[in-house]
Amino acid sequence: MTPPVLRVSGLTKVFGGREREALELAAQGVGRAEVLRRTGATVAVHDVSFAVERGELFVVMGLSGSGKSTLVRLLNRLIEPSAGTVEIDGRDLRALGDAELRTVRNEKISMVFQHFALLPHRTVRENAAYALKVRGAPAAEQRERADWALETVGLLDRAGARPDELSGGMRQRVGLARALAADSEVLLMDEPFSALDPLIRRDMQDLLERLQSELSKTIVFITHDLNEAMRLGDRILMLKDGRTVQLGTGPEIIAAPADDYVADFTSDVDRTRVLTAGDLAREPRLTARLGADPGDVLRSLAAADADGVYVLDDDRRLVGVARDDLLARAVQEGRTTLGPQELGGDHATVPAGTPVNQFVHLVGRHVVPLGVVDDGGRLLGVVPRAAVLDALSAVPARRSTP
Amino acid sequence: MIPHVPLGRGVSDLVDWLLATVPWLFDAVSAVMQVLVDGLTDALVTPPPVAWIVVATLLALLVRGPWLALYTLLAGLLIVSLELWAETMQTLALVLVAAVIATAIGVPLGVLAARHRAVSVAVRPVLDFMQTTPVFVYLIPAVFFFGVGVVPGVVATILFAIPPGVRLTELGIRQVDREVVEAAQAFGSRPGQVLREVQLPLALPSIMAGVNQVIMLALSMVVTAGLLGAAGLGAVVVRAVTQLDVASGVEGGLAVVLLAIFLDRLTATLGHETAVSRLLRARTRRSASRAEPAPSAAVG
Repeated sequence: MTPPVLRVSGLTKVFGGREREALELAAQGVGRAEVLRRTGATVAVHDVSFAVERGELFVVMGLSGSGKSTLVRLLNRLIEPSAGTVEIDGRDLRALGDAELRTVRNEKISMVFQHFALLPHRTVRENAAYALKVRGAPAAEQRERADWALETVGLLDRAGARPDELSGGMRQRVGLARALAADSEVLLMDEPFSALDPLIRRDMQDLLERLQSELSKTIVFITHDLNEAMRLGDRILMLKDGRTVQLGTGPEIIAAPADDYVADFTSDVDRTRVLTAGDLAREPRLTARLGADPGDVLRSLAAADADGVYVLDDDRRLVGVARDDLLARAVQEGRTTLGPQELGGDHATVPAGTPVNQFVHLVGRHVVPLGVVDDGGRLLGVVPRAAVLDALSAVPARRSTP
Repeated sequence: MIPHVPLGRGVSDLVDWLLATVPWLFDAVSAVMQVLVDGLTDALVTPPPVAWIVVATLLALLVRGPWLALYTLLAGLLIVSLELWAETMQTLALVLVAAVIATAIGVPLGVLAARHRAVSVAVRPVLDFMQTTPVFVYLIPAVFFFGVGVVPGVVATILFAIPPGVRLTELGIRQVDREVVEAAQAFGSRPGQVLREVQLPLALPSIMAGVNQVIMLALSMVVTAGLLGAAGLGAVVVRAVTQLDVASGVEGGLAVVLLAIFLDRLTATLGHETAVSRLLRARTRRSASRAEPAPSAAVG
C-alpha cells in the first residue's frame, strides 16, 4: 500500500498566554476553558492525528470554535503549529525554511477559502493562473493551465470577467479553478460551500464529486454541516474544542456516535442519504441452489414462513427467485431439480453503494426482500423492510469512547 | 516647588548643535527644495494662464466629468480677473512639491507600520505630536535650519502634511481582507509579492484618500508659510492682515478656497474609477469578447 500523502500527528496550536504551561495542562486533559482561566492561553487545536491516503476526501467536521479553521491552516503553516508534525509525502513541513515552504505551498498544497478570497482587481483568468504566476511560469503556460482549470469548473466563458461580476457560486468555481490550475496533490478546502445558497451548494457538491472522480486529489475538506460531510467524505473527523471526538466513515459515525456531541449531530442527518444498501444488508435467512430438490426448498420455505427464495448458482451469482406456488407445482409434476421453470418471482436488486433514498421504494414490494449484489451479480445480502425501518427510526446504540 | 525642567532649552541646544555639526545637510536640503519649487513655479507661471486653464479643465473633465470642468473654467477665469494668477501658481507649486514629498515619506512609513507592530506603536505618538502641535511652532526650527523664504515653508508644510498619509495607508493595508492575503500566502507568494499584488492594490482607495488629505493639509499650511516670506497666496493674505486691507484679504482667501476645492474634487476619487478608466475598461472588455471565439475556432 502506498504511504499516506498527508500525515498529521499530535498537532497542537495554542494562542497567546503562557504557551508551555497551557500545553502541559492540555496534555493532562484539562479543558479549554480551564486552561484559558489559568494561563490566559487558548488551546485551539490539541493533539490531533490522522493520515489521508492518496485520492481520499477527508472531512474535518465541527461547530464554530471547534478549531477546524485553525487546523486546516496548520496543515500549510499559514498558522505556525505549537507542537506536532505535518508530513506531506513524507516531508515534515515544520522542518522547512521559508523559501522551501513557499515552494511546497505553491506546488504541493492548494487552498480553497470560505469567502473565495479572489483578487478583485484581476480577471477570472488571472485569478485562476495565480499559483503559476507566483512560480514564474511563462505567460502561455499560465493561460493554458488557467483555461483548462476554468473549463473543468465550467467557467471558461467568463474568463475575462472580474470577480465582482460573478455570483457567489461562480466565484467559488474560480477559487476551485485557482487550486486546480496549481496542479497540486493536496487540496485544503476551508468551508468552501458554507457561504453559498443551499441550491448552489448542492451544485458545487456535485461538481466536487465529479472532479474528484476524474482527478482523484487528496482533499481535506472542512465543514460544519454533517449532511455535507456524510455526502462527500470518505472518512470524517469530528472535532470538538480542538480535540478529536471521533474518526470514521459516515455510516460508522451514524451507527455508533462516540458521545452525545456527535449523537446530537447525527440526529439531524438525513440517514436515507448516508446509509447505503451495503450498510443495511443482512445475510439472507435462506437461499436455494440451482439444481436443488424443489420439495426440500418448499419445506424450508414453509419452515421460514416465506413465499419465495433467491436462487443462486455455484458462484453465488443470482439466477432468479423461486416462488412457493411454482415450487409446489414442480413437486406435483414430479420434477426433482430446481430449474428455470420454477424461477417466476419478481424481485429487485441494487448495488451495495446505493443510498437508502434511492431504493426505499423497492423495499417490501416483492416476495423476496431487496437483494444487494456486487458488480459480478453475486448476492451480497438482502435488505428486508424491517432493516430499513430500523435504521431510519431507531435511536442509534451509543458506543462508549475508548 | 517642582523645579523647571529645561525641556525647551534642551531642544534649543539640540537645534544649535545640529546647525553646528551638519550645516551641509540643511544647505543641501535647502538647495534641492529651492530648485524644485522654483522650477515648478516657472513651469506654471511662464505659459499664459489660458493654456493652464484649458489643461486643468480638460483634466477635470477626464477625471470627474463636466461639472468639475465647468467649475475649473470659471474658477480659473475668476482668479485671473482678480490678478492673483501668478500667486496662485506659486502656491500650487509649493503645495505640489510638499505633497509629493510628504506622500513619498508617509506612504512607505504607513506600509511599515501596517506590517510591523513595533513601528506602528512607535510612530503613532509622533504623528499625534505632529498633528496637534500648533502650526507656528513648526516654523521656529524651520527658520533656524533653513532661514527665511520658501524652503522653511515647504519643510514645515511637509511635516504638517505627513500624518494622514501614514495613518490612512496603515489603516488601508490593515483592512485588506485577511482571507485574500492568506490566499496569496497559501499559493506561495513572498511577502513582497503579497504587498505589491494584494495589499497595496486593495488598500489603494484608502491610500489615495490619504494623499487627498495630504494635499489639503499642505494647502492649509501654505498661508502660514507666507509668514516666512514664501511667495504666493499666503504672502497676499499675510500682507492684507498686516495692512488691515480687507479687500485684498478676501480676494487672496477666496483664491485659496477656489484652489482647494479644485484639488480636493480632483483627487477625492483617486483610487476609484474615473471616467477614463471606466471607458477604457468597457472598450477592452468589448475587444476581449470579440477576440474570444478565435482561439476556440483554432482548436476546433
